[in-house]
Amino acid sequence: MTQDAVDAIGLTLLLAASTTVLLLLLATPLAWWLSQTSSRWRAPIGALATLPLVLPPSVLGFYLLVAMGPPGPLGQLTQALGWGVLSFTFAGLLLGSVIFSLPFAVQPIQHAFESLGRRPLEVAYTLRARPIDAFFSVALPLARPGLVTAAILSFSHTVGEFGVVLMIGGNIPGKTRVVSTQIYGHVEAMEYTQAHWLAGGMLLFSFGVLLLLSWVRKRTPLGLP
Amino acid sequence: MTQADGLHIRLSLARPDFALAVDLALPSSGISVLYGPSGSGKTSVLRCVAGLERATHSQVRVGREVWQDDAKAVFRPPWTRDLGYVFQEASLFAHLNVQENLAFGLQRSRKPGATAALDRSIDLLGIGYLLQRNPSHLSGGERQRVAIARALATQPRLLLLDEPLAALDQARRLEILPWLEKMRDELRIPMLYVTHSPEELTRLADFVVVLRAGQVAACGPTQQVLSQTEAPVIVGDEAGVVVPATVVERDLRWHLAKVDFVGGSLWVRDGSMHLGQSVRLRILARDVSLAMHANPMSSIQNQLPGHVESVVDDAHPSQALVRVRCGEAILVARVTRRALSALQLSPGSQVWAQVKSVAVMS
Repeated sequence: MTQDAVDAIGLTLLLAASTTVLLLLLATPLAWWLSQTSSRWRAPIGALATLPLVLPPSVLGFYLLVAMGPPGPLGQLTQALGWGVLSFTFAGLLLGSVIFSLPFAVQPIQHAFESLGRRPLEVAYTLRARPIDAFFSVALPLARPGLVTAAILSFSHTVGEFGVVLMIGGNIPGKTRVVSTQIYGHVEAMEYTQAHWLAGGMLLFSFGVLLLLSWVRKRTPLGLP
Repeated sequence: MTQADGLHIRLSLARPDFALAVDLALPSSGISVLYGPSGSGKTSVLRCVAGLERATHSQVRVGREVWQDDAKAVFRPPWTRDLGYVFQEASLFAHLNVQENLAFGLQRSRKPGATAALDRSIDLLGIGYLLQRNPSHLSGGERQRVAIARALATQPRLLLLDEPLAALDQARRLEILPWLEKMRDELRIPMLYVTHSPEELTRLADFVVVLRAGQVAACGPTQQVLSQTEAPVIVGDEAGVVVPATVVERDLRWHLAKVDFVGGSLWVRDGSMHLGQSVRLRILARDVSLAMHANPMSSIQNQLPGHVESVVDDAHPSQALVRVRCGEAILVARVTRRALSALQLSPGSQVWAQVKSVAVMS
């Protein structure tokens, strides 16, 4: 394997892992709120969190690029904070990935919380658990299959992302070049052998992930007996 | 019962199909049964007492502790109310084993003597052999016993049970009823028990509240409420009375025991009773017939003199329920309208109540 390929694989894994961790931290409270609230903001915020699912990655990437650029609102903010401009950096890539994969994290977790119903929480309340305690000691452990699914989907979706990365990452070797853009580069350069190796690796990886997912779903039943 | 103890519940709650409005003063010990058809508001009462649902213009007081008083803007959330709640369907946490389920409320209630309380509730419900199991490996009856023990382990001031047997089949129900009777006799806390089953009502209740469409239709000690025929609480096959009695004699040869109650004496089946034991007798209206004279030539040997107090319609037009006063007790007899007419029975008539069968409980 070439140094380029090793770099690209390492960066891909780092990006996917960081995205997954960030997404679990962000999506869990958001999914909880969506599953519990009857606020009129529920529908618009729910739709907003699902938007990346239907938008072409290039559209998402375009807006992010505009926002993160020096004159964009996000760019202004990051510059004011002394972080510089995020576009064409790993941090920018991470932000894009988090937004791009948000629905893949929120939806399974929200579904898991919703399928629990009110009962386990009510039981916890009558056993002296405050709401925050009930969330951590009852809702979260019972929603574990949803969290595992969310983590696997976020990770693999980030590994497979291409459009957003190309738009805001710029395919800089060692910095923002991931496996998917690397394959694109190989094909552009007619280096089919290298492209085959990486593409074949992605194929096996994706198949393995889906196998793991079905195994997890079978093993952990949801809810109260 | 003084003002200071006992349970005071005044609730009003608008529902789509009816308005719930109750004002109850319940005893400070024993089982008070909330009885009524489904949709009569029984479960809503329980949920409001627990604070899981919020009624308006309401007051909930347990002893001197005020849990809700809208006049003073007091509403304590459920986790601050010292209660145990047993839900209709098994509600054990699937991610915890039995022991961890039991410990859940115990750890959070932070009361002295927690370990002893846990041991007592494990003993009381007989679940010691289940501790290491997962809820998914328990039978429906076992799960409900664990759920009851979990609620009791927090040493609550009030135990709320919402049709705890309704989701179980008849065999499982019969398995749990004795445990509930044991709780009634051994625990000193008040229990509020929701059911629509006449069997559970007659076996468990010390005090009865009958709900119809959100209103209290009858309320009082079980004997009193069940023997009133003005508006029979239980219609159909299960109509009857429940009276307390004491074992005074045993006839080992015939396996019979003589029990005294305020209406006289009856011979009942002796199921290893001991002299002086307190029991509850359940006498169904269908097992009581009426005669103008004592009849020594009858196979029915339990015969009590009395007089007719009142006659009311039964579910079927051919039948009537006759309320007969025997001494201090009231029995209810189911007879046909034709028999009433033939014997010319009316309030005040002297009759003999022939009791064909008596169920002895606890």
